[in-house]
Amino acid sequence: MLEVTNLHASVVDAEDGEILKGLDLKVEPGQVHAIMGPNGSGKSTFANVLAGRLDYEVTDGDIEFDGESILEMPSDERAHNGIFLAFQYPAEIPGVRPWQFLKAALDAKHEANGEDKLSVREFSKLYDSKVAEVKINPDLMKRSLNEGFSGGEKKRNEMLQLAVLQPRLAVLDETDSGLDVDAMRVVADAVNALRSPDRSFILVTHYNRLLHHITPDIVHIMADGRLVETGGPELAEEVERDGYKRFLEEHAVATS
Amino acid sequence: MTTSSTPPQKISRETDLSDLEYRWGFVTDVDADIAPKGLTEDTVRFISAKKNEPDWLLEWRLKAFRHWETLQAEDAEPKWAKVKYPPIDYQDMIYYSAPKSPEDGPKSMDEVDPELLEAFDKLGVPLHEREKLAGVAVDAVFDSVSVATTFADKLEELGIIFCSFNEAVQNHPELVKKYLGSVVPYTDNFFATLNSAVFSDGSFAYVPPGVKCPIELMTYFRINTEGSGQFERTLIIADKDAYVSYLEGCTAPIRRTSQLHAAVVELIALDDAEIKYSTVQNWFPGTKEGVGGVYNFVTKRGRADRNSKISWTQVETGSAITWKYPSVILRGDNSVGEFYSVALANNHQQADTGTKMIHIGKNTKSAIVSKGISAGQGQNTYRGQVKIMPGAENSTNHTQCDSLLIGDRCGAHTVPYIEVQNPTARLEHEASTSKVSDDQLFYLMQRGISEEEAHHMIITGWSRDVIRELPFEFAMEASQLLKVSLEGAVG
Repeated sequence: MLEVTNLHASVVDAEDGEILKGLDLKVEPGQVHAIMGPNGSGKSTFANVLAGRLDYEVTDGDIEFDGESILEMPSDERAHNGIFLAFQYPAEIPGVRPWQFLKAALDAKHEANGEDKLSVREFSKLYDSKVAEVKINPDLMKRSLNEGFSGGEKKRNEMLQLAVLQPRLAVLDETDSGLDVDAMRVVADAVNALRSPDRSFILVTHYNRLLHHITPDIVHIMADGRLVETGGPELAEEVERDGYKRFLEEHAVATS
Repeated sequence: MTTSSTPPQKISRETDLSDLEYRWGFVTDVDADIAPKGLTEDTVRFISAKKNEPDWLLEWRLKAFRHWETLQAEDAEPKWAKVKYPPIDYQDMIYYSAPKSPEDGPKSMDEVDPELLEAFDKLGVPLHEREKLAGVAVDAVFDSVSVATTFADKLEELGIIFCSFNEAVQNHPELVKKYLGSVVPYTDNFFATLNSAVFSDGSFAYVPPGVKCPIELMTYFRINTEGSGQFERTLIIADKDAYVSYLEGCTAPIRRTSQLHAAVVELIALDDAEIKYSTVQNWFPGTKEGVGGVYNFVTKRGRADRNSKISWTQVETGSAITWKYPSVILRGDNSVGEFYSVALANNHQQADTGTKMIHIGKNTKSAIVSKGISAGQGQNTYRGQVKIMPGAENSTNHTQCDSLLIGDRCGAHTVPYIEVQNPTARLEHEASTSKVSDDQLFYLMQRGISEEEAHHMIITGWSRDVIRELPFEFAMEASQLLKVSLEGAVG
């Protein structure tokens, strides 16, 4: 489904050099991958590059989705193809209602794929059921998108979008950071409920906490812009116990 | 004739919009029945005679004209606004031409400029209004005539008068005489004075005591709006405990044949009355290079008596220059004044707009929400005055001025004047300037929304506090209008 080969990327117009330095990753349908790594290892950069953020420039390598390179594809088209990024810091959009936004997003996806749009009534029904499912306060949904939402509320709202848009590949960028136990449970429930043989997940995370609730198939350790080790859930347990020190030392990454 | 892109360029009949390839314009022959070029006392007498006006009105026009001559001799137009334009030659214009007869217009929609039809589509203008807006001969438009007539009957039943200004002068002279110039005196400012001397036609509405007007009064429901010309005069009176909502203009890009427009609107809300006045202005803004475009110098003011309320809402996307400050004189105790505005300046447009809230009565309240969008090389200025007079005990004002910048060659300016002469007053002023952020765009696009649609969503969301004040159908069109007006400015 997703194949990333030798991916190199840097911030556009920046002089700091590369952030991603030859990342390889293969995700099959139905798999849940976790990418763990210390701060500054390039995890969020990878998530954003995957989703097509223009601030980053791919300098080498390729990203293939369904066997085709998506490097030249703008982010809205990637979304239509089923790539979804749950943001670490979702943007606030004054005056735009979450309902209106999500309807527009779903309509755009249906239109791009030559499918019928949902009527307002059909969409409302879907929306209400998903709002209840992710246990987001319905009053919140009368406000502007993400405006005045707490950290946990923003993450629930991301899960609502995930549940409505039903992407084929969902990338969760540090979705667990700053969450209390209840919100963590909501995120985990949303992901677990959506696990299916044709849907894949990439969970980008610093800690093992979320992985207590979602058991990944494959765990990668990221350091210095590359995935340096790949294994099963036991890798996540090792990180929880001993931190990233061993990985950094073995792969000769400067720990400054 | 040729038009030069290098200013200064004189405005005259010769730089008529029809020469400037206005997308929406179509050239029609000027009717024979026109006044000689230039402005003299004779011109004023000619206009008044053409309209068969009573002596008192001619006298009033002449007083205005004489005053205008003194202003013209001194400093001509007011110079304080942040707008630049070449000198206007007032003697090189024509101040009266007879209203066009329906036969001059296109005979059917097939003859209408396809680009105009496309604009209707983009804006979502209802089908039955399109023919009227396109200037299709009225007698061919059975639908809109019958619609208009139905409403006319309903209004008459309630005692509501809604007609052209000229008809009001003929049929309701006592009302016109009583209120004309009572809120905007002919000495008010250069353009109001000019308008008072030479106004062509406009709208008149009167709602009797205790009557709530059941429909939104729209200028384009009236059959004889065509040809009301460049110096419009509007007078709206809500008698005691009456209510009226009035819509001016429309979202469709209406053809205008002259470059200078100086309108005056006077609103009178008597005790316990409410007037809601909404404007969507989408006149020719000039070319992308800044050639041509309408100069829109408008004086709008309302008088609010005891317990009354006047609310101005405007969406200003057109004209090369917009110079207008819809104001409220809160002279009655407990009266309320509101001003909601979205002004857009794209390419070389200049907008200098805002409001004046003059608090005279006790417990008077005013609210100002101004949203300025600047794109291209557009210059957008909010200019507002809040004045609390000594007797205005416990008055409050809340002002919110937000500016949105698109690109890095445009400008946003905020010029608030606040004058408080009573210590019990409470005033709040908030101002912000923002840009459409990359984070916002990426967020929407990552969800599958196109870049253009994402911009539109962010901009209309940002303008929402104003747009939601418009009547529903109008609000939908206004939102589309913002999108159309910004085409090419984003992305």
